[in-house]
Amino acid sequence: MSTLEQSVETASPQWRTVFQRFRDQHPHWFLLLAMMLVALLMMDFSTWLVLTVSGAAMGAMLFLMASGMTLTFGLMNVLNLAHGAFISLGAYAGATVLLFWLNDQAAASSLWLNLASVVPALVFALLVASVMGLVFEKLVIMPVYGDHLKQILVTVGGSIILMQLIEVVWGGNEIPVPRPEAFSGAVVIAGIAVEKYRLLAVVLGLLVYGLMTWIIERTRVGILIRAGVEDREMVEVQGYRVRLLFLGVFVAGSALAGLGGAMWAMYEELITAHMGDELMISVVVVIILGGLGSVKGCFFGAILVGLINLYVGFLEPRLAAVATVGLMVAVLMWRPQGLIPVIRV
Amino acid sequence: MSCTDNATPALTLTGVHANIDQYHILEGVDLVVPKGELTVLLGRNGAGKSTTLRTIMGLTTVTSGQIRFGGQDITGWPTPRIAREGIAFVPEHMGVFGQLTVRENLMLAAVSGTMDEERLAWLLALFPPLKRFWDRPAGNLSGGQKQMLAIGRAVIEPRQLLLIDEPTKGLAPAIINDLADALDQLKSQRVTILLVEQNFSFSRRLGQSVAVMNDGRVVHTGTMADLAEDEALQHRLLGLGLGEHQ
Repeated sequence: MSTLEQSVETASPQWRTVFQRFRDQHPHWFLLLAMMLVALLMMDFSTWLVLTVSGAAMGAMLFLMASGMTLTFGLMNVLNLAHGAFISLGAYAGATVLLFWLNDQAAASSLWLNLASVVPALVFALLVASVMGLVFEKLVIMPVYGDHLKQILVTVGGSIILMQLIEVVWGGNEIPVPRPEAFSGAVVIAGIAVEKYRLLAVVLGLLVYGLMTWIIERTRVGILIRAGVEDREMVEVQGYRVRLLFLGVFVAGSALAGLGGAMWAMYEELITAHMGDELMISVVVVIILGGLGSVKGCFFGAILVGLINLYVGFLEPRLAAVATVGLMVAVLMWRPQGLIPVIRV
Repeated sequence: MSCTDNATPALTLTGVHANIDQYHILEGVDLVVPKGELTVLLGRNGAGKSTTLRTIMGLTTVTSGQIRFGGQDITGWPTPRIAREGIAFVPEHMGVFGQLTVRENLMLAAVSGTMDEERLAWLLALFPPLKRFWDRPAGNLSGGQKQMLAIGRAVIEPRQLLLIDEPTKGLAPAIINDLADALDQLKSQRVTILLVEQNFSFSRRLGQSVAVMNDGRVVHTGTMADLAEDEALQHRLLGLGLGEHQ
């Protein structure tokens, strides 16, 4: 970034204002491009391309997992620390389909048969997580609306219960989840090997991002959600039951966590009841980085976290663990409200 | 005043008490809002005017007393149900959704799902700036334009009753005039309005009935014409707070 800024220093004032305007109006694109550019300067092109695709894939999965939480926090102002448990739940639900119910299709060496197991696995993960989300909202979240301290206490408690339930049903051991054959291995694009599964993750992430953006920008429900993020009381004054809207958003958020969990299960090929908790750090970084409540911010935040993980992991593996949090600290020092804040008026 | 509609009031509050946290704000409000008229609710700061509107809307809980609207007891109803019954509320802070465009703000306010073309055309003629900023975020509007949007939202569909809280607050005199014209037009369509207002010249121009509040109670009701003529009464009712400030 420093080289970039230096070159801009010497440029004409006109370019400087263009640069500044771009930086201030599109901070998400600015940061993404700056990070990719700096990484490109530090490694050769083919390595960079592989890392970028892998980082984007990791980001896409993080987005699936984090988008639900940014919605529940942004709209309902509910801090759901049990979100990670829904990620685990989705992973186990998906694994159940792949390992026990449609295991023949999963083990077959045909793309279509593999899809016939992967798609039901993802759908089942989505369904299980949403049903559990519905129950969880009614039992755990509803009594503590508007009180963050209680929310933290009961959702951490709820999270422990959910994870114990997972251990009761599926056992306490790690479960290996082999990836179906059609999605293992790599495809060679322009001389560069890219893992197939990562491509699938990127495509699915983009699809979900597109769908969410369409719902939020274009549909009536989306307008209601945006209005609800801003001023809940006024949504009720217009005659809408915010309570139902909240319930719907919570269920959708849980479903997305489940979907992300199932995707992550096939990515890591190993699941534990606590995997969701381990992912929660990245999830929380993503939603804070992006700006609480913003789907677009969440998407860019997730891609940034994915990329910095892979870039730093390659350049200086010892720093990989702090890179994510370091990125968040740097962004918050620059923009305390996150990349794309949702302003409450 | 001779109109038969006035025989059945649009809204009646009987002995309404309400608290905000531990503070007892409304201490037995009795208020009748005649149908098809503009009633002004006057009173000094802290008299409970805004709380009265919020309580009617179900945003503040009634601890005792009764609110009747259109022949039904709406006391304790949830806010969305009261809104769908036909009461629109324009709060003091206007409550415009700044992230949404003008169009989206109005779209949400049309609870039926679609905006009636004819009514929308009428509304945009009433408030021309709304047309100009149609696809811009409402957060970028000026204070007066936001107020127009807030009132526009309340009348995008026909309602039984409009509750408007201090629409002139912080606005330039020219804009206040435009607002008064718009409210005059609504009044001529015999929309029932309950208006909270501190600006006496504004409320004198518009008001038909008047109620004055003090310390959480309605202490005077009558016609605006009577109050406008009686300077001693004005002084006694509306100058109440002045002594304390001087």
